[in-house]
Amino acid sequence: MEQAVEQKAVPGLPRLGMPAPPFQAETSHGPIRLEDFKGSWLILFSHPADFTPVCTTEFLAFAQIAPELKKRNVELMGLSIDSTYSHIAWVRNIEEKFKVRIPFPIIADLNKEVAGLYGMIMPGESKTETSRCVFLIDPNGIVRAMIYYPLTTGRNMDEILRVIDALQATDKHGVATPANWRPGDKVIVPPPKTAEAAEERVKAGYECTDWYFCKREVPK
Amino acid sequence: MACINVDGTLVASARRLLLTMLEPTTIEEAAKRAELPLFRVRASMREFLQAGFVSEASSTYVLTDTGRAKLAGQG
Repeated sequence: MEQAVEQKAVPGLPRLGMPAPPFQAETSHGPIRLEDFKGSWLILFSHPADFTPVCTTEFLAFAQIAPELKKRNVELMGLSIDSTYSHIAWVRNIEEKFKVRIPFPIIADLNKEVAGLYGMIMPGESKTETSRCVFLIDPNGIVRAMIYYPLTTGRNMDEILRVIDALQATDKHGVATPANWRPGDKVIVPPPKTAEAAEERVKAGYECTDWYFCKREVPK
Repeated sequence: MACINVDGTLVASARRLLLTMLEPTTIEEAAKRAELPLFRVRASMREFLQAGFVSEASSTYVLTDTGRAKLAGQG
């Protein structure tokens, strides 16, 4: 049996499997605390600046996947080093010019407090803008995935959805997911940890290539 | 303040949320009834508590007289 490891928030950048750094922030939807998302998954993402073209395409894309995320109990929250007024103006501009409503809050991180907590500023790229960071935080407030993109590369929403699906499949079925996994594909049965378990594994009825490499179906 | 306008009136979602608390209710129930995400309800509830519009006991929230007056347009 695995020994329970007490998980405590530690100073420093976020780490996979550790509690996400807590914060309270001003957003385009009013003051919000990280703990307000307890019970929901959260995609916390940063963008370099409001009223910039790549960020605008990303916001359109995030808004487009928002209904799919909602079905998966996932909330979205953006962040940049801009004011609330700038966020409100930009969101209104997107609605006016692109006919798309941005349904999620955006943190106005003018003092770089949250950006600093999450390591969203990459000084090699820019000292005044946040890079394109994505933090997937589970309903218990644990950081489950982190994806970083440079200023010049817009994010891939399919990949973000895919990672959410993979993490939720892992939690639901106690499995791992192989490269390029999509819902409906076979999943990886975690390798046995003892010789006896390895012996039993090959007789367990899974689709095994060898004792350490077994797959099975899970409901979509 | 996300729920209360500068002139003291309630924004539409705040009014909708307050209406769910005419009877004692949990955050989860209020979110369902008001069709708002949980995070919005939790953030709003802090504001309502601070303004004295609701009271809380054992994770159940209910409108106060101040909250009822606000809903009735007297506050």
